Amino acid sequence: MELLRRLCQAFGPSGNEGKIREIIKNEVKPYADEITQDTLGNLIVRKKGTGKKIMLSAHMDEVGIIVTVIDDKNYIHFSNIGGVKPETLHSSKVEFENGAVGVVYKKVEKPSKLADFYIDSFDACKGDKPYSVKVGDVGVMRGAFDVFGDFISSKALDDRVGCYILIETLKQISGSENDLYFVFSVQEELGLRGAKTAAAGISPDYAIAVDVTTCDDFPGGGKYPLKLGEGPAIKIKDNSIMCHPIIKKHLSDVAQKHNIKVQYEVLDVGGTDAGAIHTSGAGVATGAISIPTRYIHTPCETVSISDVKGAINLLTKACMEVL
Amino acid sequence: MLKSLCNAFGVSGCENDVRDLIANEMQSLCDSIETDSMGNLICYKKGVGDSRRKIMLSAHMDEVGLIITDITNEGYLRFKTVGGIDPRVLIAKKVVIGINKVPGVIGDKPPHLNDDKADKAPKIKDLYIDIGAKDKEDAKNYVNLGDYVAFDSQYVEFGGNLIKAKALDDRVGCYVLIELAKNTYFHDIYFVFTVQEEVGCRGGAIAAYQVKPDIAIVVEGTTCSDVAGSTEDGFSTKLRHGAALSIMDRGSYSDIGLRNALYNTATAHNINVQFKQTTFGGNDASVIHLSETGVRTAVISVPCRYIHSPSNVACIDDINSCKDILDKFLTKEAALWSF
Repeated sequence: MELLRRLCQAFGPSGNEGKIREIIKNEVKPYADEITQDTLGNLIVRKKGTGKKIMLSAHMDEVGIIVTVIDDKNYIHFSNIGGVKPETLHSSKVEFENGAVGVVYKKVEKPSKLADFYIDSFDACKGDKPYSVKVGDVGVMRGAFDVFGDFISSKALDDRVGCYILIETLKQISGSENDLYFVFSVQEELGLRGAKTAAAGISPDYAIAVDVTTCDDFPGGGKYPLKLGEGPAIKIKDNSIMCHPIIKKHLSDVAQKHNIKVQYEVLDVGGTDAGAIHTSGAGVATGAISIPTRYIHTPCETVSISDVKGAINLLTKACMEVL
Repeated sequence: MLKSLCNAFGVSGCENDVRDLIANEMQSLCDSIETDSMGNLICYKKGVGDSRRKIMLSAHMDEVGLIITDITNEGYLRFKTVGGIDPRVLIAKKVVIGINKVPGVIGDKPPHLNDDKADKAPKIKDLYIDIGAKDKEDAKNYVNLGDYVAFDSQYVEFGGNLIKAKALDDRVGCYVLIELAKNTYFHDIYFVFTVQEEVGCRGGAIAAYQVKPDIAIVVEGTTCSDVAGSTEDGFSTKLRHGAALSIMDRGSYSDIGLRNALYNTATAHNINVQFKQTTFGGNDASVIHLSETGVRTAVISVPCRYIHSPSNVACIDDINSCKDILDKFLTKEAALWSF
């Protein structure tokens, strides 16, 4: 889990994925046949095969905040990068790329929107400090990486856990006939942007995205049937895609054959890279593996280690077989 | 030129008058100009450098407006908006309708008949356009369902170097592009005048697909709320502080290298420049940067108060700042740019 810890704790809000890309690049180097980076910053790692092109996709970016205004008293006013919720930010700490830290606090008694909050970054906004923060700088929520038994809680498991699963899968693959493209995409949280241009460049025959999904098996939840620790989920649909029958069947056949415990995900909201990939070019048969995750887009996203291991196993086996 | 551009009729989907005006101007300035299937005007000007790349400069020709959806028995016209318009700016405004430019006025029930709704913003469905028709049959002699409606508002210069006009968003961008086309640059430049930006950046997407640029810069008119009663964290941009570079909005995250290059160009030449300090809105960059395998894209805008209303207000100095930054960038920095 050391690699997952490094991935999660690294800094990488949407549009600023450089640090994540470096970690992944170094990790995959010994296993890849070809490593490229496209215009928007997607990292594309190829494991060559003579068969069909399969694109696997996990996004590197995490949600965060962006500085829009620094007022004359050096308080920061900000906007969101992706779906961060006001109640999540309140009284928490954010961290900037250069290491500066800020406290998020409310401007009004009953805050309801992001504009009701400011960031107190102490004297970091004064230009002459080593930790200077400027308009346009981006920040992420602080959230330590903790392991308790089968559970991991950290910031940015969405979607570093997907990146981790792709990397571990790549390490285990050998002698697959499939021409495999492991794509570590950018700007997913801003609207599936990186995956769109990556798919346009690769023109895959098939695609599988790996991302987190809502798991609300907690008090006040229960809208969705997924449970933590009951295995990775094969996506049926979300708000961005109806998964292709070929991929759904392939994943569930592989799970059955290798006795991998899986769940099925039917989601009425949200989207993943799969949504952008499946309408690329003349269309791509696309599906997704989802990691059930509690408290998505908070500093304490929580997943089960056994689900993660199950997903690596499922994806590896799925990539070894011919579609 | 800016005056004729702003006064021209060009609601999204009906950009013909604006396009003719621009094409007429660009004809002698460029190596080739063509109108694509959707109506985008794409003007190519060959560069003079030896290892030339493709730079796309883009501004949209369309403006927000209205479209006629129904005629009442009494001869009043019902309408829907084309693009984003705050209903509060509509009441008692003069408009022109269709190709015959039929004059009209937007009406609403007076406050004493409006019961409890008197101090609330009107709903579009309650408003109508009065063209002075006697009844439905009479109205049909002047207008048809589907006719476009533009604000009737003249270009005026006032105050300290300010202008007031309709459609500064984005005729001001069109104007800057035309001015730049009078020069010759190192790289090949595609001056692209797009259609239907205000209804979802439709023209920009297919224009970028055709041009396949190496980098793209979108030139826009943007929000400016440095007005009485607002505080600095809501300003977005400030009038008279130079052209504004976008960092991020709802549609795109500007390429950081290109954005910084433009910013540094401005400061190196002592040209006023600012960042747009909100993340609202979106423009053609949203579709251009995602075209095919991706395009490095930045956005530079002229601050416009009261945008999407009949009376946009901009500062001539800000327009010049926008033009000068781009001119200097294309002349110097772009020649050294690592594509």
